[in-house]
Amino acid sequence: MSGRVLVGVKRVIDYAVKIRVKPDNTGVVTDGVKHSMNPFCEIAVEEAVKLKEKKLIKEVVAVSCGPQQAQETIRTALAMGADRGIHVEVSGKDYDTLGPLQVSKIMAALAKKEDAQLVILGKQAIDDDCNQTGQMTAALLDWPQGTFASEVAIEGDKVKVVREIDGGLETIRIKTPAVVTADLRLNTPRYATLPNIMKAKKKKIVNMKPADLGVDLTSRLEQLRVDEPPQRQAGVKVETVADLVGKLKETGRI
Amino acid sequence: MQQIQLFCQVVEEISQIQGVKKVLVAQHDSYKGFLPEELTPLILETQKQFSFTHICAGASAFGKNLLPRVAAKLDVAPISDIVEIKSPDTFVRTIYAGNALSTVKCNEPVKIFTVRGTSFEAAAAGGSAATADVAAPPAAGVSEWLEQNLTKSDRPELTSAKVVVSGGRGLKSGDNFKLLYDLADKMNAAVGASRAAVDAGYVPNDMQVGQTGKIVAPELYIAVGISGAIQHLAGMKDSKTIVAINKDPEAPIFQVADYGLVADLFKVVPEMTAALDK
Repeated sequence: MSGRVLVGVKRVIDYAVKIRVKPDNTGVVTDGVKHSMNPFCEIAVEEAVKLKEKKLIKEVVAVSCGPQQAQETIRTALAMGADRGIHVEVSGKDYDTLGPLQVSKIMAALAKKEDAQLVILGKQAIDDDCNQTGQMTAALLDWPQGTFASEVAIEGDKVKVVREIDGGLETIRIKTPAVVTADLRLNTPRYATLPNIMKAKKKKIVNMKPADLGVDLTSRLEQLRVDEPPQRQAGVKVETVADLVGKLKETGRI
Repeated sequence: MQQIQLFCQVVEEISQIQGVKKVLVAQHDSYKGFLPEELTPLILETQKQFSFTHICAGASAFGKNLLPRVAAKLDVAPISDIVEIKSPDTFVRTIYAGNALSTVKCNEPVKIFTVRGTSFEAAAAGGSAATADVAAPPAAGVSEWLEQNLTKSDRPELTSAKVVVSGGRGLKSGDNFKLLYDLADKMNAAVGASRAAVDAGYVPNDMQVGQTGKIVAPELYIAVGISGAIQHLAGMKDSKTIVAINKDPEAPIFQVADYGLVADLFKVVPEMTAALDK
């Protein structure tokens, strides 16, 4: 295969940040909070760049949908080795209601426009935890899907994918063009080195709007409110194993 | 042959669940491995015929793989991993690794969602549904299922076990997990692990408890050598009783534990195993 890979990258609140729900319950606090690339998207970028290094594909294009800041996330992908970027600008109210269905419509339109052989996405984003965009992009394109991948091998015009499933692994072989979503064990993403960060500044990011791709952003999901989860109260400290076993027996847990 | 028997058994079991009116049965060789490329056309065909108001599946690897594909084909935004149903169109789900709860109203003509099993009681038996065959649409033939390698274990399955013993980076090696297996076997418990232990290569990923792994809610959860990262807590904080064993008294896991034991796990875990012998 000598085609092009499209990689989706999402800007999310950094995984190490403690989330705070807004007092008016309309969402979580995002202002002044550190953001970075969704960890599963990093794995997707790494896999695409590896395929290019092995000369199995010729170009890696990183795509992000969101406000102006999404460009920073694309820059990170470029510094990791992606060749160029596409920023699909979505802001304001549209961004608030932007969900996997709308994003998959954008990804599907771009996959066709760019004549991609492979779309690689993270299996889920750590903000909305939806785990949908890859499956839906594949559906809209009528392409096969290799989700939750822990191993990807290109075999001519097919891709062999080892998938993480409940209780173990399974192996499938799908025809390309196809969509693959990255699970944790697929690879360990590289850090962008300073020279590569400098080089990334010269790489090109094209800006477009969903309407340029003929995508309608209407959402029929309404988030009514966001709440704090019920807090668990810390219990008691026990001094010895005998204490612990005694307490567990008392409460009937063992 | 054996597979067909198993299949018939599943059909029979479902038809005896209270509230189930009808079981639609489709059989075809192409459904081997439950590939979403093959199952999606079947569900779409069925939907065309019956116009369901809701389509759902468990939030398992199977459901998560399949339902978004079906939803996109119907131009419907699906809702993943719900933990509560407020009304026929309003659902609660967790976001940010369980650090917030989102209440979502779905204005789609068809509601498509996956359900977190540990958040609901299983439906009771006592029904008698009719079964009807549905024809399988032509095979798509773009994907091929090759093999499955399930981790073999005599212990109960993580997500359904009444007791779970989990280990973290504090175990220091995969070999040391034997301490937990010995303890688990005394209590008929499943063994899990934190993402840190999985990333360190101690144990396979399917043992991972956390937002990116399995969500569990057993009667008793024993966290051994686990510090309690947010993403791990998201996977186990609905357990009825939580025990934490950690030598660091400041470990965040103690903030959610009902019983905390500040001690060296290499000393107290064998002690506990021995104590359960008595």
